[in-house]
Amino acid sequence: MSSSALGTYAPNTWCPGCGNFAILNGMKTVLKDLAEGVCPPENVVIVSGIGCHGKIVDYLDVNSFYAIHGRAIPVAEGIKIARPELKVICFCGDGDAYGEGIEHLIFAAKRNVDITVVVHNNRVYSLTAFQYSPTSPAGFKGRSTPLGSVEAPINPLELLLAGRASFLARGTSRGMTQLTHLFREAVVHRGFALVDVLQVCATYNNLYDYYARKVYDLQDHDPCDRTAALARIREWDYNSDARIALGILYRAEAATFEETFPASPPDGRDRDGRIRAFLDRSA
Amino acid sequence: MKDFSVLMGGKAGYGIDRSASILGRLLNSCGYRIYIYRDYPSLIRGGHTFSIIRAATVRIAAHRDRVDFLLALNQDTLDLHRTRLSPSALVILDSEAVRDPGLPDGVRAMPLPIGKIVKEEGAQEVMRNACMIGAFANAVGIPIATLEKTLAESFPQDADLNVRIAGRGFEAAGTVSKLAPAAADRLPLLSGSQAVGLGLIKGGLRNYVAYPMTPTTPLLHFLAEEAQNFGLKVIHPESELGVILMAIGFAYAGQKVAVGTSGGGFCLMTEGLSLSGMSEVPVVIVLGQRPGPSTGMPTYSGQADLHFALHAGQGEFVRLVVAPGDLEESYLWSGRALNLAWKYQIPAIVLTDKNLNEGVGNFDLASAGELDDEPPVAWNGGEQGYRRYEDSPTGVSPLAFAPLAGAVVKANSYEHEEYGISTEDPAVTAKMQDKRLRKLKPLAEELKGFRTIGVYGDEEASTALLCWGSNKGVCVESAAALGLKVVQPIVLSPFPDDALRKALAGVDRLIAVENNATGQLARLVAAYGVRVDRMILKYDGRPFALDELEMRLKEALT
Repeated sequence: MSSSALGTYAPNTWCPGCGNFAILNGMKTVLKDLAEGVCPPENVVIVSGIGCHGKIVDYLDVNSFYAIHGRAIPVAEGIKIARPELKVICFCGDGDAYGEGIEHLIFAAKRNVDITVVVHNNRVYSLTAFQYSPTSPAGFKGRSTPLGSVEAPINPLELLLAGRASFLARGTSRGMTQLTHLFREAVVHRGFALVDVLQVCATYNNLYDYYARKVYDLQDHDPCDRTAALARIREWDYNSDARIALGILYRAEAATFEETFPASPPDGRDRDGRIRAFLDRSA
Repeated sequence: MKDFSVLMGGKAGYGIDRSASILGRLLNSCGYRIYIYRDYPSLIRGGHTFSIIRAATVRIAAHRDRVDFLLALNQDTLDLHRTRLSPSALVILDSEAVRDPGLPDGVRAMPLPIGKIVKEEGAQEVMRNACMIGAFANAVGIPIATLEKTLAESFPQDADLNVRIAGRGFEAAGTVSKLAPAAADRLPLLSGSQAVGLGLIKGGLRNYVAYPMTPTTPLLHFLAEEAQNFGLKVIHPESELGVILMAIGFAYAGQKVAVGTSGGGFCLMTEGLSLSGMSEVPVVIVLGQRPGPSTGMPTYSGQADLHFALHAGQGEFVRLVVAPGDLEESYLWSGRALNLAWKYQIPAIVLTDKNLNEGVGNFDLASAGELDDEPPVAWNGGEQGYRRYEDSPTGVSPLAFAPLAGAVVKANSYEHEEYGISTEDPAVTAKMQDKRLRKLKPLAEELKGFRTIGVYGDEEASTALLCWGSNKGVCVESAAALGLKVVQPIVLSPFPDDALRKALAGVDRLIAVENNATGQLARLVAAYGVRVDRMILKYDGRPFALDELEMRLKEALT
């Protein structure tokens, strides 16, 4: 299968220079590799929220659910729990996953449902025309905070490490090779995986140069070492000027929700008889 | 005794609910038909909770305020309910816990040293219930063998001790009344929640997702407890938002699913409801009403969410709303709602209330109606490739589910074209809106084949009661006593206005009976040109009692 076969006829409406292209192309490469290996394309379902990122489901010709703002993750969980043989990949924005739907994000991590969440974290609301997001720095002057936001951002990776996520990684939309590697690792990880992508919005929050000065690739980091992971995650709080680590920050082996959920007998096994037996017990 | 009521009360945590179930089971085993009304405050320990167990020789689905037997294990039970005592009532009381009752003339008291007996047996205080049940059994002439059998069935653990203590209560009491001749058959006792659950199971339910909220929590508990038996996945996620979205994920993957909540949780579900309408992914919502606005009264009953259910969610989309009125309808229409939701790929709401969900009565499967696990319209693999939202004369697009080689299944909340890709094109937008709304007509046609409006009582009567949901039972019985007709819409969307007009033929006075403050069904039928002459409304959280409604009807009729 070629990468182009994964595309659709939908015209792409992202701005020139948008970091979403890197996510789209990186994921195409991963899906193509999966198709040639362990996972035929019909076994993939992608889910998105609402925002610029959400359009990705229109651009990938695989099973998809274009869900609603903040609520992509529970849809993805339902699909995965219903059919564990499916590979479910969920795309979210930072407003989507870290704001409107943060409860679902934390609970999906807590459950360790075997889904991959890719957060297009451009640290700004773009499609609604420029407001601050949960990961915008304090003082951010968007159109809803013209005098500067008085809130410091959340550090989503620190939150998710506390929330028992079993795979946490960070990439940028300017590191295609690394991003593709992180997507592949996240998708094959057994359990809840999150890739926080510092995806640059070229129109409203162009941080290409800033990230170029700050990011570094993790070397000699053991992602299975929780303490080391926490130190690396805390190095940059999405607010202050600090070095920004890229790569797999944390990885753990843990049983998934689907495998631990009590198995029940297959459906349709004499439901009539069982209903009658229940009624007899209730007489 | 052909028709009598027993009230048992106490603090929450006293085991009153369980005792009421046992009393119901005991009288059921004697051949009576049973209805149990449960009244409890929103707390875990303390307060006052009570149940009224009504037994009759005919099918019943309502309670009376007037009681013939009062079983008082504490002072509150007597003090709070003495006004309910019938002129020749019997009060059985624990003389250790209840002071000299000073009862009206004609009312008999049977003081028994229940607390002392339980202490002598070295049993826990909660076993006073068994002692009281034993005393009651003898008072109404139930044979000891029947009592022992029921108790043994009701207590898988500690059966011997409960049977022994009940036997002591039985010995201490005397017999004051006689049972009526028994009915030939025995019908199971179910709650409305159980009937809804069984109907969903029969209709092919695979998954139930819910966040606990009274009065739909018992459905969650029932299905969770029976999940292994019936092959269900029952999941309790983080919020009602998570609930409905997760359910939509299950349905996208091809598995029948239902969710349950009450008004406040349904508020959170409305964007998911609208998503179901737009993405055409079916979901069934069991919406158990309780009094609002806002928190209202969590453990009481109401019917104030009819228009909310009819109109919730942004945009215009087809929905099915049904309001079953009794146990058989709860079973049948919950299962049908599931099948119809899948057939037409729409959201469906089963609108119930606390009174229906938690009331207990006899359930007759044989008279409930046929129900099956009907498969939805499936894609047969045409050469043109799969289009999730393929246009069709009925508006229904064939379904395919991942993983299916050769089919890409694209569901979308955004306006979309047939393949499922988002669009803002004006012509495509109008075409797809028409496609989705086109499903209304075949759905309404199919519903014409069902009994969507219940008609009861004197069919020739020129005065009719208009009711819905759990008021069916009390209205049917009151109407029989007063020679009236009853008209009860079961389907509320799409509204069966033709069937309603037919049901109202010959009626020149229509009285709406509803548990809300504004007459919501009256307002709905007005939109179809049906005028309600008078409304009898009750919105204090308590359902109509039979004697209460009869009195208010008599006032209205004079």
